[in-house]
Amino acid sequence: MADKNVSMRTPLSRVKGLGAAGHGVEHWWVQRLTAVANVPLLIAFVIIVAALAGSNYARALAIVSHPLIAIILLLAVISVVNHMRLGMQVIIEDYVQDNGWRIVAVVANNFYTAVIGAACVFAILKVSLGRILL
Amino acid sequence: MAEFNLPKNSRYTEGKSWPKPAGSNVTAFRIYRWNPEDGQNPKIDTYYVDRDDCGPMVLDALIWIKNNVDSTLTFRRSCREGICGSCAMNIMGQNTLACTLGIDECESDTVKIYPLPHMPVVKDLVPDLTQFYAQHAAVEPWLQTQSPEPEKEWRQTPEDRQKLDGLYECILCACCSTSCPSYWWNGDKFLGPAALLQAYRWLIDSRDESTGERLDALHDPFKLYRCHTIMNCANTCPKGLNPAKAIAEIKKMMVERLV
Repeated sequence: MADKNVSMRTPLSRVKGLGAAGHGVEHWWVQRLTAVANVPLLIAFVIIVAALAGSNYARALAIVSHPLIAIILLLAVISVVNHMRLGMQVIIEDYVQDNGWRIVAVVANNFYTAVIGAACVFAILKVSLGRILL
Repeated sequence: MAEFNLPKNSRYTEGKSWPKPAGSNVTAFRIYRWNPEDGQNPKIDTYYVDRDDCGPMVLDALIWIKNNVDSTLTFRRSCREGICGSCAMNIMGQNTLACTLGIDECESDTVKIYPLPHMPVVKDLVPDLTQFYAQHAAVEPWLQTQSPEPEKEWRQTPEDRQKLDGLYECILCACCSTSCPSYWWNGDKFLGPAALLQAYRWLIDSRDESTGERLDALHDPFKLYRCHTIMNCANTCPKGLNPAKAIAEIKKMMVERLV
């Protein structure tokens, strides 16, 4: 709309723009997939956190390093962080109109979620594998 | 960022209050006025309509005002029976057709009328719909085939024809697209509910041979996937159609060819 008064491009040319990106369905599909996965994973996560409450360090280590629990925690982190990344990107695309700022925001979102995800995965692996390797 | 405030030159001020006619059955109309030639901000004028002298619909009142009070009041109208879509405007906070909404249905002593939201205004209640029509053209709303033309018509079973019900009735009044927040924020790239409903009307047509190409043209984060099923479109459609459902069906088709 911004170039409405200065451009002589036809309305159809403006609406067609750069054409279809050929992307979007994967984003939409994975967002739904992770949303469904989050339901059982987050229920399990809450139960695990409740079980950890009030336990001492040794007991907490024992719980988190149990293979089944460690795998559930890893899956929860991967699913939640991906869902967060995809959801945040949708919000950025909705509300940040400026092309430059939108790219900056999308890059920051990707970096942020990658760091959060890596930190969580590393922490779980360290607790879980650290016990086995020692 | 998305614009949450009106630009300075679009903020409206109190306008003229026109004389009240004699009689007990009078309804007030507060109407958005903007003249591109006087360089001033929009104003809200107050008109009083003698209901005993006027038809039952909001459009009747607008015509009554134009004939009896203020001939400069500008609005589009044509068929006055909900089939042309010209008189789409925002009445009592909802986009609808002035010709199919009764003044009584507004359930108020004061009927408030604005142009369709978030569109450039040409004058008073007339929005510039150039982009909206271009979006309709962009979905190529016509039958596309490669097979040799049959001697008579392209044939279709009654069941396949029924799939077009609830889609073909769209009159392109723009009530839905201009009620959609996604269209407000990204109307330059998001095609909007009206164009996407038309896109689906051709995607689901059993005679059309360009289904894949049509899906390719919509496969885009902005053109299609700005729809977040807000449902304002279905809520406001004066023809009772459901563009949100049509868009959801397009998204299902996208997944169907992926998974």
